Amino acid sequence: MNIVNILISYIVFPGFLFAAVIGLFITWIDRKVTARVQMRVGPPWYQPYADFLKLLLKETIIPEGASKTFFLLGPMIGLVAMSIFSVMLFSMNFNPESSFVGDVIVMIYLLALPPIGIIIGGSASKNPLASVGASREMTQFFAYELPFYIVLATIILKAGGTIRFGEIIRVQQAQGPFLYSLSGVIGAIVILLSTQAKLSFVPFDIPEAEQEVMAGPYIEYSGVALAMYKLTRAMMYFLMPLFLISLLWGGLTNWWAILKFLLIIVLIVLIKNTNPRLRIDQALKFFWVGIGTLSIIGLILAFYNL
Amino acid sequence: MANAKLWGLKKSPWVFHVAAASCNNCDIEILDILTPRWDVERFGIVLVGSPRHADALLVTGVLNRKSLPRVLQVYEQTPKPCLVIGVGTCTCHTHIFEPSYNVVGPYDKYIPVDVYIPGCPPKPEAIIMGVVKALKRL
Repeated sequence: MNIVNILISYIVFPGFLFAAVIGLFITWIDRKVTARVQMRVGPPWYQPYADFLKLLLKETIIPEGASKTFFLLGPMIGLVAMSIFSVMLFSMNFNPESSFVGDVIVMIYLLALPPIGIIIGGSASKNPLASVGASREMTQFFAYELPFYIVLATIILKAGGTIRFGEIIRVQQAQGPFLYSLSGVIGAIVILLSTQAKLSFVPFDIPEAEQEVMAGPYIEYSGVALAMYKLTRAMMYFLMPLFLISLLWGGLTNWWAILKFLLIIVLIVLIKNTNPRLRIDQALKFFWVGIGTLSIIGLILAFYNL
Repeated sequence: MANAKLWGLKKSPWVFHVAAASCNNCDIEILDILTPRWDVERFGIVLVGSPRHADALLVTGVLNRKSLPRVLQVYEQTPKPCLVIGVGTCTCHTHIFEPSYNVVGPYDKYIPVDVYIPGCPPKPEAIIMGVVKALKRL
């Protein structure tokens, strides 16, 4: 019985299927809002599902000379990590007793896995453009993770030194969300920009810049493997704003969370549609010098309870 | 299962643009259909940068000795099932380049072409109509 429940929670409800279906819907919202910003009509609501179905049933080509194991392992790593992340996020929001010591650190690791999957897949595909994309992805990964971790440290400090995810949400529900303080606002800005970079959206879409490296690490992927990358991206698009709401804006247990979620999504889409692409060195400088300094200021402010 | 496959393919044809030595007019008209005025993303058509992601190849220009091996290579790199759509009169036959020493003949001597869109260059409306006809043939 217990095992059945665990399997259902991983595969159906807060896990894989739920996050996949909602995530694909979020990518439709993204494409539709983008189209409206550009004064277009945009695709119908079933578009991401049609894309996904089509990719599932197409031929999967493994390029000659590529490492077959790692080429096919790359897309799977991110998908599995995001499924587990989804289960942890929802179960700890709605059932804080299931939280264990150090689960914030587990979640950090799970969020770091999809970029690693992309790097493995891109390096294994034996294509010069994919290698360039993978190396850019790696540089960008190091760039945005540093301020992201400093902000997580800030949040842990504000929650009184606990590294339980459930405890962080409980403290916010007792004392009010962390967002309504100076260091909380700084934290939200930093996490929002890191999300943008993690999803490779426009100011930071350097790894897969269409005009420079075509599709970057994804260039040799086709069929099911490409569908898995697209799905991982969609799930991450759904889960990262929820992670931000849980950490800084008072958890998901209240209906307002849906409105907050939509607000963050629209903010991400608008940043994506109103900015030019940075170069990789500019992105590194932006995250380490600009945003890094900002996040350290946030950490110092949190020491003085601001 | 076959129906689902057909539905997916019909609703999201991603196109890759193969410019096989055309005079560039057809290429400009292809870019036109992606602009807000014609907005083919309404039908799920997206221009992709890699033939591995493509479901349809838009070929332009008359085949010659230099472009033939490239076109064949791109066709072989595309995962099947894939459509081939010839844009412009050059793809229908050899157009005004018939007597040239360099021209190797029409496309369907080498790869199966699903639909031809005549015109020099064809209007964007004609290209959209051609893609619709190609999808109906599936």
